[in-house]
Amino acid sequence: MLTIANKIFSSRLFTGTGKFSSAAQMEKSLLASGSELVTVALKRVDLNDQDDDIVSHLRHSHISLLPNTSGVRNAKEAVFAAQMAREGLETNWIKLEIHPDPKYLMPDPIETLKATEELAKLGFIVLPYIHADPVLCRRLEDAGTAAVMPLGSAIGSNKGLKTIDFLEMIISQSNVPVIIDAGIGAPSDAAKAMEIGADAVLVNTAIAVSRDPVAMAEAFKLAVVAGRMAFEARLGMINSQAVASSPLTSFLND
Amino acid sequence: MINTFSELFDTYSWEETSKSIYAKTAADVEQAMGKTVRNLEDFKALISPAAAPYLEQMAQLSRALTLKRFGKVMQLYVPLYLSNECNNICTYCGFSYDNKVRRKTLSPMEIMQEVAVIKEMGYDHVLLVTGESNQSVHTDYFKKVLELISPHFSHISMEVQPLDLEDYQELIPFGLNTVLVYQETYHREDYKKHHPKGKKSNFEYRLETPDRLGKAGIHKMGLGVLIGLEDWRTDCFFTALHLGYLEKKYWKSKYSLSFPRLRPFSGGLEPKVEMTDRELVQLICAYRLLNEEVELSISTRESTVFRDHIVNLGITAISAGSKTNPGGYAVEPESLEQFEISDERSPAEIADMLRKQGYETVWKDWDSSLIGL
Repeated sequence: MLTIANKIFSSRLFTGTGKFSSAAQMEKSLLASGSELVTVALKRVDLNDQDDDIVSHLRHSHISLLPNTSGVRNAKEAVFAAQMAREGLETNWIKLEIHPDPKYLMPDPIETLKATEELAKLGFIVLPYIHADPVLCRRLEDAGTAAVMPLGSAIGSNKGLKTIDFLEMIISQSNVPVIIDAGIGAPSDAAKAMEIGADAVLVNTAIAVSRDPVAMAEAFKLAVVAGRMAFEARLGMINSQAVASSPLTSFLND
Repeated sequence: MINTFSELFDTYSWEETSKSIYAKTAADVEQAMGKTVRNLEDFKALISPAAAPYLEQMAQLSRALTLKRFGKVMQLYVPLYLSNECNNICTYCGFSYDNKVRRKTLSPMEIMQEVAVIKEMGYDHVLLVTGESNQSVHTDYFKKVLELISPHFSHISMEVQPLDLEDYQELIPFGLNTVLVYQETYHREDYKKHHPKGKKSNFEYRLETPDRLGKAGIHKMGLGVLIGLEDWRTDCFFTALHLGYLEKKYWKSKYSLSFPRLRPFSGGLEPKVEMTDRELVQLICAYRLLNEEVELSISTRESTVFRDHIVNLGITAISAGSKTNPGGYAVEPESLEQFEISDERSPAEIADMLRKQGYETVWKDWDSSLIGL
């Protein structure tokens, strides 16, 4: 079972709440996904409104909210937004998103590291969205991060695991859970992410924008389960050719 | 490195650009369609007459790209006209100085009466609009307005006269999020004809406004031309050139594009160039195929039927229930309007139309806590 900051998750599929055609559609899809950690953009939620349309559709005992800071451009704004989220949504979990570049939404590594340090000191459970940078992951561990969330490709691009070589490095050396966060466009991408040993994946666009989000949510649920099972069962090595003879070492058998 | 857009703009000729757009062929269009990353030459092909037969394919692609990036949601906003005082003469505008009508600038109390009605409609994003009257409607006035209304809206946009860098720097901390400044036309000579008097007659000052906004660190800026003044294809090419320049230079800002078609007002100019509905769809799709990330916005100038269909093709933001006169919502519904609106449906009716088409209406997409206000 996956544990992040002492919290146990039986589902390794985390989900987002954007881009759905209605809050009711979002709720149905998230229930079908079995997801237990659901990220919500602070900018979309009215923290002063008890009946906020998004939050009120997420009130299920198995779902925990993971507010995100999407929209902030630096560490200072992120820390302030996290504090507002903690107060408004009553959780000290925060998905740290600092992408000052609104075109490709690429995360700023310098500001993210700074904000992680500060938020960890303030008692937050920080899950930072980052590029697939193995060194940055180590620096974030030192700063007190609860997990790392490297991208597979650009947010919302559906391009899959373009960064796979670096994701494998991160997974092999990480001391905190690795959640692959962005670009997962198909259940096969999610399965692949789990097969290479990711602890979890976060999916939003591919579910929300599909023609049947509820069915797609279930497809992702199954893919994540299958990928994890395959990882635990140890996949066989991939050989580019058949291994019939040993021309270099057969002399040792003579 | 280029310091302002003028330097880049000066290396282009209107006539040459125009000629090269009209010279594009079906082969150019097909090549542009086949790519995943498109450049300005591809854009020329997509807005050219040669692309007309490909409209349905362009629309399919535009819809898919927009859904991927923005999802099944539509941003809703509403204009709040603060003043119709204006010292400019603009041949196409109802607020033009030579249009002899009673002028009005809202007082703080009147603004709050208007705000109450707008909030009642459900809005959280407001667009402040004025003419250009630097004696009464200036930076201090805007600052007071922002202070007054920022507790009631999480997203405030402004479409007022171009200001200096220092003015923008002063207003942003008071909650100014977005500034729209339309060039009207990139045709330098005809720009002078349409703006014979007032500060607005300075083409360069207007052209360099987005640079000043970028330097001030504005969150979002909106560009566009007034369609009908000049050949729209050439004007929109320059809009795209401007956008590309700004995106590279001021990479922390977001961008939106508008494509207002000239609407009638009492005693106003007839459009020199007509743009058909078909051509406007072509333009919207071409913008989307050029740029997957840019926001595309459409106002109540457009008809009900047109808007009902266009929301599926690439648009990301629309206005509804708009009044284009100061005091139009509550204080003085009969005052002079800037242009006649075409789609008079209420925000609730628009939200219902969107719901039926599978889109959720987004009223709130910003929070003041994100900039530590």
